[in-house]
Amino acid sequence: MAGKVKPRVKVPKKAAAGEVITIKTLISHDMESGQRKDKEGNLIPRQIINRFTAAFNGEEVIAVDLEPAVSSNPYFEFSMTVPESGTISFTWVDDDGSVYEDEKKITVG
Amino acid sequence: MNLTRRSAFKVAGGVASVALVPVAFSRVASAAMEDAIAAFTGGAEATDGGGLTITAPEIAENGNTVPIGVSAEGATDILILADGNPSPGVATFHFDKLAAPEASTRIRLAKTQNVIAVARMSDGSYVRAASEVKVTIGGCGG
Amino acid sequence: MKRTMIATSAAALIAGLTTATAVFAGEEDELVIDGETLVTKAPAPEGSPFSEVISGWRFRSDETQALQMDDFDNPGMIYVDQGLDLWEAADGSEGKSCADCHGDIAGFAGLRAAMPKWSEELGTLATMEELINYSRTEHMGAEPWKWESNEMLSMTAAIGLQSRGMPVDVATDGPAETWWEKGREIYYTRFGQLDFSCANCHEDNYGNMLRADHLSQGQINGFPVYRLKWGGLGSIDRRFKGCVEDTRGVPFAVGSDEMKALELYVASRGTGLVIETPSVRQ
Repeated sequence: MAGKVKPRVKVPKKAAAGEVITIKTLISHDMESGQRKDKEGNLIPRQIINRFTAAFNGEEVIAVDLEPAVSSNPYFEFSMTVPESGTISFTWVDDDGSVYEDEKKITVG
Repeated sequence: MNLTRRSAFKVAGGVASVALVPVAFSRVASAAMEDAIAAFTGGAEATDGGGLTITAPEIAENGNTVPIGVSAEGATDILILADGNPSPGVATFHFDKLAAPEASTRIRLAKTQNVIAVARMSDGSYVRAASEVKVTIGGCGG
Repeated sequence: MKRTMIATSAAALIAGLTTATAVFAGEEDELVIDGETLVTKAPAPEGSPFSEVISGWRFRSDETQALQMDDFDNPGMIYVDQGLDLWEAADGSEGKSCADCHGDIAGFAGLRAAMPKWSEELGTLATMEELINYSRTEHMGAEPWKWESNEMLSMTAAIGLQSRGMPVDVATDGPAETWWEKGREIYYTRFGQLDFSCANCHEDNYGNMLRADHLSQGQINGFPVYRLKWGGLGSIDRRFKGCVEDTRGVPFAVGSDEMKALELYVASRGTGLVIETPSVRQ
């Protein structure tokens, strides 16, 4: 059980204009595959994070569609160019309709 | 593993060619996989190689959490599949213009199998690659 | 007759143990986190059954090792984050949080390294889980957490992290001595249909392969541990339970006196190593 859903994001605080930075994200989530059975032999319904997105000042940077084959506590690492100071916002969409969000500010200069 | 494919090639030298040929794509594709790929490419042909790189361990200590990465210069989207799982889909990455065309994640592999990536390039063409990951079955489930 | 057959099959399994090859070259790697090197191999102290004590980290593949070398990559850290939130959260009839009485969680640096330890208040050898629940029920008026619950694991991880890098330092004398003796007895007792003691694998055969498993010394200096197999954190008792089940035996109950005695004895075998909580294993 990963318990309460909680995102964790690593973004550098500063970057040079046009620099490519690496971003890492993790979110606590069981990623219940829909393949497992409980002790009584009943199929445990699928419940996963099905989509992850990151945006810079509102402009989409990366979008990921996830299947149950992504491990529990989904981890993503990606790289992006930061043109100016701004905010990178992250969203995770759960099968149950919940949307989890986080954001980080980055200063360019 | 310290013994990467590359270093294994160096060690084994000339005799390595038999073992280290990249996985032939036609041999690994199942019907469900073909469908997933066709849905992604719209039926267009994907060519092998072409700058699409999959980074994955040769041997995973546990199939529940296997680190993998994909990278393809000029790609706008990369589809990742696994041919030995109950269903082949793993994840689809879409890279907008601020994103570098590369990403890493951690995936579940039910057994030893091929991880397959298909990249949609900015010119509308498709390339594909495959990498085998051996998943060890330990004696100590715990 | 039956007993003989089982003994024979166990012997055959042990005979199947093979020496690890260069695939596990990670045995010579160093664990460096944020520029700090954690001791993962050290000469064993006097009286130890080992010539050197070795962290389980050294027995893992490069990919698994890497997960513990960066606090962001380490998925156990999402539990630590939750534990820190819980530390500040008021709970129970007294309306108090951990922080209200204990202040900064950093004040618990060294606690994990000394666990389990004799507690006059509890009148028993206490594990971290028991100390936390004692505080919850006696001081906060809150419900105890279940041993393997997300809350308990998050809290033991957050408190344990405060001792990371500090040497294992458990007391095995005084009122703990009889517990330690009991733990040692359990360690060397064969259990299960496979008729294995802890020592058969983790003392006699560490470094060897048991099928595809690279046997470690069974050290517990990194618990709670994030296991890739579990896809989450787990307690020392969960790991012991799994080990006994692997011998096809019936494990001691989680939180039982036997488990606690074994925890103390196994912890003492790690003297020379440092706390790695939360560690990452396969």
